Amino acid sequence: MDTSNIVGLVIQASYFAAAVLLIMGIKRMSSPVTARSGIQWAGVGVLVAVLATFLHGGPGHVLIENAALIFVAIAISTAAAWYSGKKVAMTDMPQMVALYNGMGGGSAAAIGASALLGVALSATPGVGLTMTQKVLAVIGALIGSISFTGSLIAFAKLQGLMDKTFRFKGQQVVNGLCFLAALFFGAVVVHHMWPHAIVIFFVLSLLFGILMTLPIGGADMPVVISLYNAFTGLAVAFEGYVQQNVALIIAGTVVGAAGTLLTRLMAKAMNRSISNVLFSNFGAGGGAASEIKGSLKPIEADDAASLLYLAEKVIIVPGYGMAVAQAQHKIWELSQALIKRDKDVKFAIHPVAGRMPGHMNVLLAEAGVPYDLIADMDDINPEFPNCDVAIVIGANDVVNPVAKTDKSSPIYGMPILDVALAKQVIVIKRGKGTGFAGIENALFYQDNCKMLYDDGKEAANKLIAGLKAVDGGGGH
Amino acid sequence: MIDGFLALYLFMLAAFTGHEIISRVPVILHTPLMSGSNFVHGIVLVGAMIALGEATTPLQQVIGFVGVFLGAGNAAGGYVVTERMLEMFKSSKKEGGN
Repeated sequence: MDTSNIVGLVIQASYFAAAVLLIMGIKRMSSPVTARSGIQWAGVGVLVAVLATFLHGGPGHVLIENAALIFVAIAISTAAAWYSGKKVAMTDMPQMVALYNGMGGGSAAAIGASALLGVALSATPGVGLTMTQKVLAVIGALIGSISFTGSLIAFAKLQGLMDKTFRFKGQQVVNGLCFLAALFFGAVVVHHMWPHAIVIFFVLSLLFGILMTLPIGGADMPVVISLYNAFTGLAVAFEGYVQQNVALIIAGTVVGAAGTLLTRLMAKAMNRSISNVLFSNFGAGGGAASEIKGSLKPIEADDAASLLYLAEKVIIVPGYGMAVAQAQHKIWELSQALIKRDKDVKFAIHPVAGRMPGHMNVLLAEAGVPYDLIADMDDINPEFPNCDVAIVIGANDVVNPVAKTDKSSPIYGMPILDVALAKQVIVIKRGKGTGFAGIENALFYQDNCKMLYDDGKEAANKLIAGLKAVDGGGGH
Repeated sequence: MIDGFLALYLFMLAAFTGHEIISRVPVILHTPLMSGSNFVHGIVLVGAMIALGEATTPLQQVIGFVGVFLGAGNAAGGYVVTERMLEMFKSSKKEGGN
């Protein structure tokens, strides 16, 4: 066996090992007990594959030059991504996932572009791609491009860099035409391999990713990010086929399938169907909803503290607003002050509290809240009627009773936490604005609901001080 | 050459694998798992490295460079944020250790 054969064998063996490690990694990440080691297994898998790829040769005259380019690109990008990933606040995780996912989609599209242009501009037509490879290169590039620009828009929206929604009349027609045009030029590329058609095809694909994501509201973003995650997986698998690289095919397809299932689970948790998310204008019909009767009743922190002092059972309903105000540590302090006074304290988590399913659990865990105090929606809902005081902090749409009562409301049918049934409700809120979906909250107007207008952290501080003022801080 | 039905079988089996391994995942793991699978397709970096490694024209080198840059960001960023999220799971009493 000569050297190149041995090198080839080493590379193939490394890719095989990587595929096994990645699958085992995802498997381990799907259980809380093994989740932490899962990402490490997967990490080793990618590392092994990347190191082995440095052994992969190339055209002699540019070998060193290309190797240097690869090294520089990896060094800069890894450093930037590593730094931003370490630095980002837990609350901003979803948009970072969107950003990194988009980069993966863009990378897959670049592989497709390189392969297609390589054939189109080649002086020797003999060396090329098979028909299947051309078709998959085009489809992979289309999906990857959509994931790339779509994820960037999702990132920009969640990061607050652009308006939440962007809609105009006939938008779906324009989007549809753009998609069909991209498909048409994709077909032209497959048949004729014209360089100009390749360029137009990519422009249209990238444009469609933007157009498709613009009208989708912020509340639906998690589902969209998850969908684009599955898209990137598929794009990677298809470009893997073009390169005849089994590791890419397997890892990409596994993520594509797992991501599709995950997207459906998320959509189900939010009571939305995927087609609903993509093609309906969520939150646009706010004006059509029925009028809400009653008034907003403000409460001072001292009075709220007295209510808490007299309560036996307290349920805290945290939402994304709490995390934005960085109030989770203070809220846990408040909970500890209540527990010290023999109150039964629980945290009620809506499946989509935060920005993504499970996001709020991560945020509370970060603040040190023990797991046994955190209850899922289905477990906690029967307890609300026995609850003396429910504290809603930074949550809005997930406690809005119109989801059950008002058929004209855009959130009608979404499962909610039954906070409205608690004996007393204290809503800690910075101002009078509406929630992420832009809908008025009927809970706030109920007779048993009082509004504590303050910053989350400040409010928690004042409540702790108020409790101390009532009993001198000693508890018993 | 992986072609025809062999490729179809490969896609089919991998798709079933992906579906099966996460079919019973609890809601609290949705976000970390999405982030984790986001890292897994960071393997695209390998493909981009090969594309750039085999580039012969300046145009291909530019595209390849962009591909490697984006792929490395996917892999590195995806790993860091997933690890940070899963880090949280060690503090819970119920699910400690691994």
